[in-house]
Amino acid sequence: MPELETITETGEYILNVGPQHPATHGVMHLRIKLDGEIIESIEPVLGYIHRSIEKMSESLTYRQLIQMTSRMDYLSAHINNTGVALTIERALQVEVPQRALVVRTILAELTRLASHQLWWAATGLDLGAVTPFFLGFRDREVITTIFEEVCGSRLTMNYIVPGGLMEDIPNGFAERVNKFLIDFEHHLPEYDQLLSDNEIFLARNVGIGILSKEEALSFGCSGPMARASGLSCDVRKWHPYDLYSSLEFNEVLLTQGDCYARYKVRIREMYQSIRIIKQLINQIPEGEYQAKVKKIIKLPEGEYYERVETARGEFGVYIISDGKSSNPYRIKYRSPGFSNLASLSALATGGNIGDLVAIMASIDLVIPDIDR
Amino acid sequence: MSLSISLITYFPIIIRLILSVIGVICFFAILGLFLVYAERKVAAGMQLRLGPNRVGVFGIAQTVADTIKLITKESFTPGMADKFLFFLAPFIVIISATLALAPIPMAKGYQFWNIDVGVIYVPAMASLSIIGILMAGWASNNKYSLIGAMRSGAQIVSYELSVGLSLLSIVILTGSLNFNEIVMSQDNGWWIFKGHIPVLISFIIFIIASTAEINRTPFDLPEAESELTAGFHTEYSGIQFAMFFLSEYVNMFIVSAVAATLFFGGWMPFHIGHWAAFNDIMNYIPGPIWFFGKSLFVIFLIMWFRWTFPRLRIDQLLNLEWKYMMPISLVNLLFVTLITIMGWHF
Amino acid sequence: MSYLKDIYRSMSSMLSGMQLTGHYFMNFRKAETEQYPDNRLTLKMSPRFKGELTLLHNVQNMHKCTGCSACQLACPNGSITILEKRELTEDGKNKKRLQTFVWQHSMCTFCSLCVDSCPTGALKMEQRFEFTVADRKTLTKTLNKEGSQLAPDLR
Repeated sequence: MPELETITETGEYILNVGPQHPATHGVMHLRIKLDGEIIESIEPVLGYIHRSIEKMSESLTYRQLIQMTSRMDYLSAHINNTGVALTIERALQVEVPQRALVVRTILAELTRLASHQLWWAATGLDLGAVTPFFLGFRDREVITTIFEEVCGSRLTMNYIVPGGLMEDIPNGFAERVNKFLIDFEHHLPEYDQLLSDNEIFLARNVGIGILSKEEALSFGCSGPMARASGLSCDVRKWHPYDLYSSLEFNEVLLTQGDCYARYKVRIREMYQSIRIIKQLINQIPEGEYQAKVKKIIKLPEGEYYERVETARGEFGVYIISDGKSSNPYRIKYRSPGFSNLASLSALATGGNIGDLVAIMASIDLVIPDIDR
Repeated sequence: MSLSISLITYFPIIIRLILSVIGVICFFAILGLFLVYAERKVAAGMQLRLGPNRVGVFGIAQTVADTIKLITKESFTPGMADKFLFFLAPFIVIISATLALAPIPMAKGYQFWNIDVGVIYVPAMASLSIIGILMAGWASNNKYSLIGAMRSGAQIVSYELSVGLSLLSIVILTGSLNFNEIVMSQDNGWWIFKGHIPVLISFIIFIIASTAEINRTPFDLPEAESELTAGFHTEYSGIQFAMFFLSEYVNMFIVSAVAATLFFGGWMPFHIGHWAAFNDIMNYIPGPIWFFGKSLFVIFLIMWFRWTFPRLRIDQLLNLEWKYMMPISLVNLLFVTLITIMGWHF
Repeated sequence: MSYLKDIYRSMSSMLSGMQLTGHYFMNFRKAETEQYPDNRLTLKMSPRFKGELTLLHNVQNMHKCTGCSACQLACPNGSITILEKRELTEDGKNKKRLQTFVWQHSMCTFCSLCVDSCPTGALKMEQRFEFTVADRKTLTKTLNKEGSQLAPDLR
């Protein structure tokens, strides 16, 4: 890759977006070939915050490596933790107590809500409207406060241990969540009023960055990204974990595949998450919050793969154990952001710089998730 | 001998010039400081936060502190930049903003320059700033700056038309290009009330088009933060950046002042037809208060846009002008002419 | 006709957005933001908040750490080091005792696995969260206080 070239031989203009740029939401580098303002080709350059979490995890015990996943997709930290814990539990064939499952599911949906709120806030900011940013964070703040009371941290929580939860939930948890749900249901129409119905927002998003169902499948897209293209891929429906098989909720599916469809999928998912929490929050069963699991976990020899649905899509955990040591022999995370980013080139080519920003906002990138 | 005589003759004029230069600079500085503070407080109010509250009571001195910081900061020039043009650009932008302020009457008889073609002169001067912006974008030797400057060029040239056409509707109604005469013509009511719906439409068009002219959200494409980091002034820092920043706010004031003068009667108090008693009471409020009050109202409107709307894309921006605002203002102009000819206005 | 309808629809959608921001501006009562340095005195973090790691001491300067190194093994980042000493107990046995509990604050990720793993409940994450220091060396902390003893029931 010629690094210092600014204009190619054929006369295209090379623009480096990032590694530090307001639209990339982190340290990502895009090399764009421009013809005027039209994007001819786009190439993401990764590796700026690679921390080799997978390699580091090989020298950690199974209890220790869970907290590393909070640092990948930090907006779905709780769901990532669940993914690893789930793999270990299924490998050990541990029965997780009902109370722990209910709390895990509630917290997972709260995480999804918080992640979508932040995505909504950042989308507004990317498209030039600053006020949504503060309104989104106002609602997210309530959720992070709930997390702080339950898990002790606001962002990179480590509340899940193999076999259940680290601590029991605090008193008044259900009341806090119920109060939040009432407030938030009142606030959600404001999201539409301020952004979704706005004519400028529609003009920036409708018909921009169309991803067909076939492309979504071939790029390995998942989550709201793929569901906006009509690809049914919700892990909660297809491979239920926790309590999702017994809950009533709809998989949000749209077929347009443009930025606005991706936006709508996430907004509607917020309503579904509220619906899920409402089914569980008043019926948290009494009982144990943690199953008995040995202090030093050794998985039986073999390969294990489990997946969970994070706010961005399918998060897969692949562990190979040699059966002897207390560390995994190999570990690989299938992070949703990486596959979703792969579609960027197909989406943004032919659009202009303004479209690129709208598309990146609609992909909902979390860079540490892409660059593990 | 002749030299000393001429010096003595010109001495009062030179003193007067120096004083007015100082006056204008002070006015600009205070205006800029106040508007930046107001912007931040308005934004804070709409976003459920407090805004500046550290320096001084309610953070009033915050903008002063910011200015001192900007003045003492190094004005960095990038290595490969065209040094002369890079240095010149902020001055052109701020000078054009200064010149545009000249013919606007702030109270009865308080005007820098009573010029007969004031309504044409203001947009002409204001659009000179595009030269400075293009210069800044080109001289910075930065791709983001260049894209921002080119966007600005396309944008200002197009929206100039709508601004001109909407101003023309008032010119047709009054039959004069002189700001003073336009103000005097609103003695029995402001044009926005007297001129029926067409004037209201041209007011809306004027506000939208001039928001685009002064590069503010939703039309802030030349400096679109999430796309071009800071657009044409990416490479500027220190006092040079402060000049761009100040000119943005001065331009906003000019646009609002023009709107206030043409549509809301400038310094003319709120008069209703021939209700002499009511008009007399209104006359007790002095002209400058009316003028600045109306300008601040329009400024608030422009700030309100900024903190509500997302940004347009460059082609949509041009579509909006050429497909919607241009035809509407042309048709609107016809209606205004009809009203004027038939004498339907009050 | 659809041209005019477009204009009407877009204008009304814009106005409804402006109505919302205008509503917030006019009905501004309390900022939703945390007035952080101002509310330091009244700011209460929740009881479980994971702040500074502390070795709990009671009023007689007794702690519960037996020096078993379970926390050191549980720590994913190696931020805990337990230095032991040998000590003769009253009944004449030579037993391991805690000499220094070293916590390298700069390496800690606040996962609270050490608190979870401690068999005697000697550790706790305190609520203090303002850690800024001018010298990095001060981030390597000794958690057991000067002259502290193991609680008698654990000896």
